[in-house]
Amino acid sequence: MITISNVKKLFNTKSGTLTAVDDVNLQINEGEIFGVIGYSGAGKSTLIRMLNGLESPTSGMVDVNGKVISNSKGSDLRRARQKISMIFQHFNLLWSRTVRENISFPLEIAGVGKRERDKRVDELIELVGLDGRGDAYPSQLSGGQKQRVGIARALANEPEVLLCDEATSALDPQTTDAILELLVDINKRMGLTIVLITHEMHVIRKICHRVAVMEEGRVVELGDVLDVFKQPKESITKRFVQQVTEPEETKETIEQLVREFKAGKVIKLTFVGESAEQPVITSLIRSFDLQVNILQGKISQTRNGAYGSLFIHVNGSASEVNKAVDFLHSAKVGVEVITYD
Amino acid sequence: MIEQIFPNVEWPNMWEATYETIYMTVISVIFTFIIGLLLGLLLFLTSKNNIWENRAVYLITSIIVNVFRSIPFIILIVLLIPFTRAMLGTIRGADAALPALIIGAAPFYARMVEIALREIDKGVIEAARSMGARVSTIISKVLIRESLPALVSGITVTAIALVGYTAMAGVIGAGGLGNLAFLEGFQRSRDDVTLAATIIILVIVFVIQFLGDFFTRKLDKR
Repeated sequence: MITISNVKKLFNTKSGTLTAVDDVNLQINEGEIFGVIGYSGAGKSTLIRMLNGLESPTSGMVDVNGKVISNSKGSDLRRARQKISMIFQHFNLLWSRTVRENISFPLEIAGVGKRERDKRVDELIELVGLDGRGDAYPSQLSGGQKQRVGIARALANEPEVLLCDEATSALDPQTTDAILELLVDINKRMGLTIVLITHEMHVIRKICHRVAVMEEGRVVELGDVLDVFKQPKESITKRFVQQVTEPEETKETIEQLVREFKAGKVIKLTFVGESAEQPVITSLIRSFDLQVNILQGKISQTRNGAYGSLFIHVNGSASEVNKAVDFLHSAKVGVEVITYD
Repeated sequence: MIEQIFPNVEWPNMWEATYETIYMTVISVIFTFIIGLLLGLLLFLTSKNNIWENRAVYLITSIIVNVFRSIPFIILIVLLIPFTRAMLGTIRGADAALPALIIGAAPFYARMVEIALREIDKGVIEAARSMGARVSTIISKVLIRESLPALVSGITVTAIALVGYTAMAGVIGAGGLGNLAFLEGFQRSRDDVTLAATIIILVIVFVIQFLGDFFTRKLDKR
């Protein structure tokens, strides 16, 4: 559906040439929700803007649904953009227009007649759950409602691809979840391909099928969301994964506990998919002569299954502890004995 | 009663002068709006990081605007006498004041337009581009529409300045209330004529301000 090959983007700044996107290759499938995660300045914003030609690559090629966007200009590009919609962090609605008129705007651009526009706007208002708010102005809406207008506007011309530029970053957690659910719903119902960029792993976990991690203009890691959660390779990916799997103070707390417990071991267990639902701890206690103390745990749901982490302290004779570790290894559970020296 | 306060005012002359002042103001506001809007759009669109970014065009437009904005109006009228004579064949009467009024006010308004356009969120322009809008659509449906309250309040300020300019133009023979106050009131020491002309000018200014505020408020949905 989308092919990005050898794409580079350089910006000339006063302090020299800045490489915003550095030799990126990506293949995004039809009907997929594809996430790009990175900190600000990683180049993800520039990358997504090359998909609809708001930025053009310095070198390389961008192909969206058989159309080479990186070579398109003028009316050709404008027509292509009508099928590649975009929603924004700050919504970017026209404040001088009502909800209805905002949603109608892309239809006006596409030259759709008045009656057809009205009919389409009615459908879209219902689709995004804004019934009864059609005649309100954006200034009268909450952040979540504004993004719903943004989504309705983006869907007006029945696009093939929806680009989301930090679409939930300005919203509170509850509203974020509601908007993400709406995106999943649209993805399922219309088979729309969604590309989103974010700095929140929560968003990736919640709705994406695959994820690319960007750092300094490069894609450093790419894969199915669950695989990336299970085995993050790069340290930046590990940090993003920790955003959702471990509360912030985990490291300090565990460090403290390891120092306090003179005997026994502190073990971090990671569960993925089915193993997250097995009674591993029960078997552990029943099979070995050990004291098991649960320190902290968290489980998160991704699109392809559950992912969890659990910190436990086991205490007993050294041989029993070692046997227990071996047992855990054999039980399809990730095991990491925590030591701080 | 009115005859006692204004013993020397010849009302038919006063109303004719009022008509001339309103005529000069209305015509010059219309042209100032059109020319100022075009110049302001040109300044905005050719400025850095914009759709038609072009340093040369921006600089030239900017210099022209600044030069004409800086010349004191009373001097501008004198400087434009040859131009006015060539264009209209005369330098007397209300029409003869129009070129100076428009050339004096349009650059002033152009800067206000530029500022109003810069206040528009860049993201909204980007959104319109992402929908495949042409530049003409962006100008008419995004730039002008989104900045309309500021454009209206700007033309209100400009219109009031123009009422003042017409009075100055009156001194060199363009007619209107300024002319009447100067010739009949000041030079013949008839203070009541000056007072009456001043009151009428005040009323005109208040009406413009009221209308401007009314429409600005009505258009502003932020």
